[in-house]
This record gives sequence, structure tokens and C-alpha cells, in this order.
Amino acid sequence: MRSVGLKRPASLGAFLLLAVAVAWLAVVIVLPLISVFAEALRKGVGEYLEAFRDPDAQAAIRLTLLVAGICVPLNAVFGLAAAWAVAKFDFRGKGFLLTLIDLPFSISPVISGLVWVLLFGANGWFGPALEAAGIRIIFTVSALVLATLLVTLPFVARELIPLMAEQGADEETAAVTLGAGGWTTFTRVTLPNVKWALLYGVLLCTARAMGEFGAVSVVSGHIRGKTNTMPLHVEVLYNEYDFVGAFAVASLLAGLALVTLALKTGLEWRYAGELSAGRRH
Amino acid sequence: MTARRWIEPSVLPGFGPALGFTLFWLGLLVVLPLAALVARPWELGLEGFWRSVTEPRVLAALRLSFGAALAAAAVNVVFGLVVTWVLVRYDFPGRRFADAVVDLPFALPTAVAGIALTAIYAGNGWIGSFLEPLGIKVAYTPLGVLVAMVFVGLPFVVRSVQPVMQDLDAELEEAAETLGANPVQRVVKVILPALAPACVTGFALAFARALGEYGSVIFIAGNMPLVSEIAPLLIVIRLEQFDYAGAAAVGLVMLGLAALGLLTINLSQVILARRGAA
Repeated sequence: MRSVGLKRPASLGAFLLLAVAVAWLAVVIVLPLISVFAEALRKGVGEYLEAFRDPDAQAAIRLTLLVAGICVPLNAVFGLAAAWAVAKFDFRGKGFLLTLIDLPFSISPVISGLVWVLLFGANGWFGPALEAAGIRIIFTVSALVLATLLVTLPFVARELIPLMAEQGADEETAAVTLGAGGWTTFTRVTLPNVKWALLYGVLLCTARAMGEFGAVSVVSGHIRGKTNTMPLHVEVLYNEYDFVGAFAVASLLAGLALVTLALKTGLEWRYAGELSAGRRH
Repeated sequence: MTARRWIEPSVLPGFGPALGFTLFWLGLLVVLPLAALVARPWELGLEGFWRSVTEPRVLAALRLSFGAALAAAAVNVVFGLVVTWVLVRYDFPGRRFADAVVDLPFALPTAVAGIALTAIYAGNGWIGSFLEPLGIKVAYTPLGVLVAMVFVGLPFVVRSVQPVMQDLDAELEEAAETLGANPVQRVVKVILPALAPACVTGFALAFARALGEYGSVIFIAGNMPLVSEIAPLLIVIRLEQFDYAGAAAVGLVMLGLAALGLLTINLSQVILARRGAA
């Protein structure tokens, strides 16, 4: 079997389709992206830079980095553990486990925040008992971390499981049979085989952890300087009609998205063969 | 003959700790929280639950969320097919850039998309100022909700259909051409049926994403009760009133209806795949 392959658009119909596709992408995707930077710079570079001198904006940036810095390594470890168990061994109930791992992707972000309030809020299952012990979770950084952990849980696992399943367990079995220990096998055989896919997953996980809005919005309480991450700070500024400030912080997030996209595309081009099948195009 | 073991024997170590940590993590972050979501609404009693989710404001919000998510997914199937076709078939300058740009809605934080779309479609915005004289208002109306949902759903159809379209057998199309099929017939009779299951997958993913979407919608929606208020926002409002059970009730109904919708879509996919194979 061979596929059709690329050719230069020749007919009128082809040019028409090309025009529609390019116009659609330009209006739906590129225009909003440009508008973020245009709105941020509307009153000049001075005002734009001024927005970042605001201590609350700086606190939001630090908090975003902190939350991502906690969540991404934890979910990367989870992804590696889940992929090792699911891809290298055959056991019953695997399908159910995979469904559970994927579940956070199909839940509304608001629900991913709501569930933590149901558990740890003032009227939550464990809220009153923890409150009595002097522990608060909702409206603190802990809640932001929990909500972000739930939302970003599948990212690394989803990149690793298909790839490691495809690679099979032959190389590891050979290493172990020849006397290598389990940890040596993992770090010398498995990790080098999946490093680009791991990086790919970590990249997507980081982008989502820094950009998450709905889930953290529900649990944060929007305390300026304390529990506002960057996306939440964008909302606060926007609702106070500080549009330049809101779009300035938003431009930082948009820049982050562009870097993520560039790195992701780079990985897809350069290391296609070492990513999971769905990423090779 | 021995009873089937639940795990196949393997010389590899580490299964216990790996599975143990996986189950612990899933239990803590997925199972326990979702158990709370499933259990809490019933504090209201069956009747109270029903009353809570059939309030006119809730019904209006559910109708808007479902209607707009379905419409957005449909729009994304149509334009997604055109975009995918162009990306897979035509060689043009900027093709790889266009291909990469498709994923931007995955990467751009939703709050950023929300305020950017609002700025563009407001009465004085780049697009809004063209539409306003025509009597079309987008920002702060249900149409705005649709626009935001189209944005977040765009990558799903393209990424679902792209690999299938790339693998389409050239000989099938050539055979159809040899047999005298015109281009329209080739697309309708040969290409679209082969792409149908992937289209349905993309539709389902875009629909599910749009249904739960919050960040990019609330800025542009205007959030008028009964008119442009989405279901996720209602959860937030009820939480702010400390109505935990009521918030969980809306959440549970959303999950249930979404599951029902996805089940229907999956069934239709099985039927499509069977017809495609026949």
C-alpha cells in the first residue's frame, strides 16, 4: 500500500480549499494569539513592563512555578511507575486501570476543583476534622497542588505507556537474565529508550500545570499575593478593568505556550521514532 | 489445568512497587475525589436531588452547555476536515507552521484564550467591530460561548483524522478515478466513508472538551442567568453559596450526560466501522 503524498495545489478547487483552511486557522487561532500581545502593548512598552513590577504579579509568577515544580515531578514518577506496571507486565484489570488513568482528561476542570472542596472544604468530608487539628487545605497552596495534580495526572503516563508497550519487555528481560539488577535495568535500558517520550510528556504536563485555570480557580479563594497563580491573576486584573496588566501577564503565559509548542514540534520532527505512535507525523 | 493467574509470570522485578504506587496515586487523586462527587448529592434525598437539578436556571445552563458543545464539535468536524485535507495533501509554503499551529489551543492557557477572544469579538474588537454593524453580537451572548468552544475543540478533529488520511490507500482513489468517478464522487463515496470513524472520534473528543470548558468561555459568555450561563459556572456559583450538595448534583449530572453522549457516539462508531469493513 502507498499513500497519496503531497502535491502542489493545481486546480481551482484545491486553491479554494487551501484558502479556506488557511483563513480558518488565521481567524480562529492566530488572531487571538496576536491580540494578546497587541492588547498588552496597547499603551506602550513602559506600561507593559510596569505590570511586572506589581508585587502581586511577581507573587503569582512564583506561585505558578512552585505549583508546577511540585506537580510535574510527582506525576512524572507516577507516569514511569504506571508505564512500568502496565507496559512491561501482563495482568488482569489492565483496561480498567488505563481508563482510570485517562479519566482526568474527560472531567471538566471545574469538577476537578469541586471534588477537593467536597473532601476538604468547610462542609467537606474531612474538612471539619482537619480544621479542628489546625490544618487548612482549601484556599491554600495545598489545594492548588491537589487540583493541579489531578488535572495533569495523565500527561506523562499517556506518552510512556503506548511507547513502552510497543517496545515490549525483551531488552529488559535480556538484561535481567544476564544478571543486571532491577534498578540498573531500569536506568540503563528502559530510561534511555523512552527519554524523549518522557521529556514530551513532562513538557505537556508543565504547560498544563502552569496554565490550569478552572480547577485551581475553584479551590484558590483568589487571595492576592497568596493563592493567585498566573492564570488566576489574569482573571483578577481583568475583572478590575486593568486590561494592560491582565494582558501583560497573559502574554507571559502565551509566550510559554509558544515555547512549549516549538519544543513539542521540534521533538516530533527530530525524534519521531522515539515517541509514541500517535505523535509521529 | 490450573486456574488462570491474574498476572503472567515474568523475570522482571518491580511489578509490586510500580503497581502499588500507581494504585495509591490513582486512589488518592482520582477514586477518592470522584467517590465524593458521586456520594454527596444524595444528602439532598432523591427528591431534593431532582429538584436541585431541574431548577430552570440549571436546565437552561445544561441546555446551553450541551447545545453549544454539540454545535462547536460539528463546526470543528467540517473545518477540521478541510484543514486536515490541506495539511495532508498539499505542498505549500508554511505547511509545517500551519500544522504546528493547530495544537495551540492545547498549549494556550484557557484564561488567556478567554480574554483574547473577548477582546476580538467585543463591539470595539478586531472582528466584533465588523459584525456589530451587521447586527451580529458575539461577545456576551450564547454565540460567544460557541466561538470559545470552537477554539478549544479545533485540534481534536484534525489530530484524529490526520493519521487515517495519511494512510489512505492511493490505489483506491486511482481505481475510483479509472472507473470514471468524478472528484466529488471520489470524496463522497471513497474518502469520507474511510474517514468516518476517525471523524466520530474527533467529534467526541471535541464535544467532551467543550462541554466541560470553563476558562475560555466565562470571559466571553457574559454569564447571564438563563441566557448565557454554562453548567460549570453554575457549579462555581453554588460552591460560593456553600451549597456543596447542589454543586455536586450539577457536576454529577454533567458527568452522567457526558458519559451517555460518549456512549452513543462510541456505538455509532462501532456501526460505522462495521459498515466500513463490509
